[in-house]
Amino acid sequence: MLRFTLRRILQVAPTVVVVALLIFVIFSVVPGTFAVSLFADGKRAADPQLIARLNEEFGLNKPLMERFATYVTDLARFDLGTSFRTRQPVVDLINDRMGASLQLSVAAMVFAIVVGVPFGFLAALRPGSMLDTTTMIGAISGLSLPDFWFGLLLMYLFALQLNWLPSFGYGDGSLQNLILPAVTLGVTPLALLARTTRAGVLDVLNADFIRTAHSKGMSEAKVVRWHVARNALVLIVTTVGLQFGSLIGQAVVIEKLFAWPGIGSLLVDSVAIRDIPVVQGTILVIVLWFLIINTAVDLVYAAIDPRIKQE
Amino acid sequence: MTMPLLDIRDLRLSVPLGRFALHPLLKGVSFQIMPGEAYGLVGESGSGKSVTSLAVMGLLKKPLAVTGGQILFKGQNLLALPMREMRRLRGNRIAMIFQEPMTALNPLSTVGRQIAEMFVLHQGKSWGEAEKLAVESLGNVRVPNPDRRAKNYPHQMSGGLRQRVMIAMALACGPDLLIADEPTTALDVTVQAEVLRLIKELCAARGTAVLFISHDLGVIASICQRVGVMYSGCLVEENETRALFDSPRHEYTRGLLGALPRLGSRSEQGRQRLVDIDSIIADRSKLTESRFITPRELEGSQP
Amino acid sequence: MRLGFNFWLGATLTALVIFAGVLAHWIAPFDPVLDADLMNSELPPDATFWFGTDGQGRDVYTRILYGAQISLTVGIVSQVINSIIGVTLGMTAGYWGGWWDDLVNGLTNVMLAIPSLIFALAVMAVIGPGLPSLLIALGLTNWSWTCRIARSSTLSLKSQGYVQAAQTLGYGDLRIMFTQILPNMMGPILVMATLGMGSAVLSEAALSFLGLGIQPPFPSWGSMLTDARQLIQLAPWAALFPGLAIFLSVLGFNLLGDGLRDSLDPHMRTRKP
Repeated sequence: MLRFTLRRILQVAPTVVVVALLIFVIFSVVPGTFAVSLFADGKRAADPQLIARLNEEFGLNKPLMERFATYVTDLARFDLGTSFRTRQPVVDLINDRMGASLQLSVAAMVFAIVVGVPFGFLAALRPGSMLDTTTMIGAISGLSLPDFWFGLLLMYLFALQLNWLPSFGYGDGSLQNLILPAVTLGVTPLALLARTTRAGVLDVLNADFIRTAHSKGMSEAKVVRWHVARNALVLIVTTVGLQFGSLIGQAVVIEKLFAWPGIGSLLVDSVAIRDIPVVQGTILVIVLWFLIINTAVDLVYAAIDPRIKQE
Repeated sequence: MTMPLLDIRDLRLSVPLGRFALHPLLKGVSFQIMPGEAYGLVGESGSGKSVTSLAVMGLLKKPLAVTGGQILFKGQNLLALPMREMRRLRGNRIAMIFQEPMTALNPLSTVGRQIAEMFVLHQGKSWGEAEKLAVESLGNVRVPNPDRRAKNYPHQMSGGLRQRVMIAMALACGPDLLIADEPTTALDVTVQAEVLRLIKELCAARGTAVLFISHDLGVIASICQRVGVMYSGCLVEENETRALFDSPRHEYTRGLLGALPRLGSRSEQGRQRLVDIDSIIADRSKLTESRFITPRELEGSQP
Repeated sequence: MRLGFNFWLGATLTALVIFAGVLAHWIAPFDPVLDADLMNSELPPDATFWFGTDGQGRDVYTRILYGAQISLTVGIVSQVINSIIGVTLGMTAGYWGGWWDDLVNGLTNVMLAIPSLIFALAVMAVIGPGLPSLLIALGLTNWSWTCRIARSSTLSLKSQGYVQAAQTLGYGDLRIMFTQILPNMMGPILVMATLGMGSAVLSEAALSFLGLGIQPPFPSWGSMLTDARQLIQLAPWAALFPGLAIFLSVLGFNLLGDGLRDSLDPHMRTRKP
């Protein structure tokens, strides 16, 4: 297991390097310097002196290769640069907001699992039933739903009309503030989970070993508990993992909608004002997070399925 | 005369064809198996042998349905038995081995645990006791190092070993009837012989009756006292194994025998041609005219 | 090939969106941008303004019809770009193998490691907002799955008799790829593109909602929601209808894609009990 773990981690490393490279290329090779674009969308014309000063301060007038070298050595020291806007280290900015983002995605995922998996499971056990049809209609609708619009509707209904929940903000991390954003963010993974769970369970139910289990004289309930559940879990874990990773990408919009102080809204705000170091850093952290989750999923997967470790 | 252990009377089975029509899969099959007897059902795939065995186990899945007849086990009609009672018989008094040892075992569970389930289900043992009994069962089917092997997952075993696990599982509760559906078809020839011998010896020692299903008359001959030949949902011929080989009555049986390579047959005519069954039964298409689902699909995907 | 109810529902919804987009100029009762009239702002739906008016007194129905143009353009163009990139890379990688295959595989893995919305956001950050940027950003975002499918189909098709026959006949690589391999994997690629249209429309809406996509006053369903959000208590209809339009059009694409997949690949269809 330890060797498997190490190997998986080593496999991820090159991807991280390439992504870091890619991010640098995307933001450096494009025409126009950062400092120019920083003010380009402003109302006043960019002051050449100011631009020169900024270029000097952030080392933007140095040759590309030298900038790249700085970028890499800084990265190696977990230094993601300094914000154009606030002059704070990007690492600190991200650090301050990581907690809120984690909280939101975990809550959303828990919601998606708690609702999506049972529905998918029950639907598969009674294919063609009312519950099955409803679940499948709900799932395809959930997958087609623009989640930020759904959030807007929830906000309108539960916060503005009914006054049950706060409409936005972090509110010192109280549970009440978390509910609406988490439900909004959880809708898409919920739909996907219901769908994959159903498909997975149906697949397992058609497997030969389920027939063997029945031939042993097992009751339906025991067949499900002893043989279906664990096998279906493999697929569910994979889906959960993939969704968990991309959740932080989706969270960008939801965080903005609910003014949730996570790295998603940090990213959007930085893009709007072209604070490139922050944009670079945030994206890198999000990708890292995505890869960490994927690796973790592989490890969990290996723990559940004895066949994986052998390959 | 003793009462037969299994008495199948005029069993009819069909699959719906469209909304109103029924396509018959078994057209009135009757045969009996005596206690301790090994009975072989032979026939090509789609002839209805597998569905017969699944009907006995009560494992037919929709849209397959029994449309007539009786399956008497120790005089009790299994088709009229409530589900709970049937479950008590299944695995306990009537056990089954399947064709695919690769997929018939749960890949995520140790084989020891999968055998142990039998003792927990039918003998009310605790998991601890059951696992010990499972190791014993593995020893009985001559798996080397049974206590270590019990902790193995199916993918860590060869096909032959896996089929032994299946046998251990099926015989765990000492059933009266063992149904073996092509248990050696997926195995290497050498392993085939070992597994066959194992089934034969274990069942003989315990007085377990066997319903052995195969398309291979050679395999059937090595294990069964009596043989029934199935063709297109009918039992076309039934006889003592020896007698069937010596004087086959039905032309399909003759075809089956002709398709069997025999040692020493070379010397008689220099070189004997193996006979192709399709060339004998020319009006085959007439018999199975309304084929909506191919029989192979039915056997393959419907447990 | 039998197409189910889902497919036809999807086809109907898609047809509706195309109808709205193409005919917007003729069937819309007002101008989407110029007919702003603060005297008529935040009016609830009535006989004149079917879906009500927004904060600047523009007819929501008109703007939704025109918004369909944006969504359709983004959906179709981005998926054409996606398919071209994905198929080209995947097919050549599968056909030639070797270092090129390794490179494409590596690139695909990297792309899969970046959440698609984040990637699009990064591209938009670099090249700025607007429709062309959106098309590029979303066109570059989702090709990795198409690429994987194209690669694996090519690998399996390569060993087929007719492809090998073409090779023995001395056909050039490109000719074989375009005449023998590509036509045989159009089905799955089409399915991916149809489903991709749904997610592109969602991404466009999200980016426009964030103010990074289509810029006001041009009517995109996403940017309409940005405006409507401020006034949600005064004019909830201005938020309800654009969202509904996004939902139904994405649902249409998804159902269409699912239906196509089911009819192309019966194995994917869950077996009937």
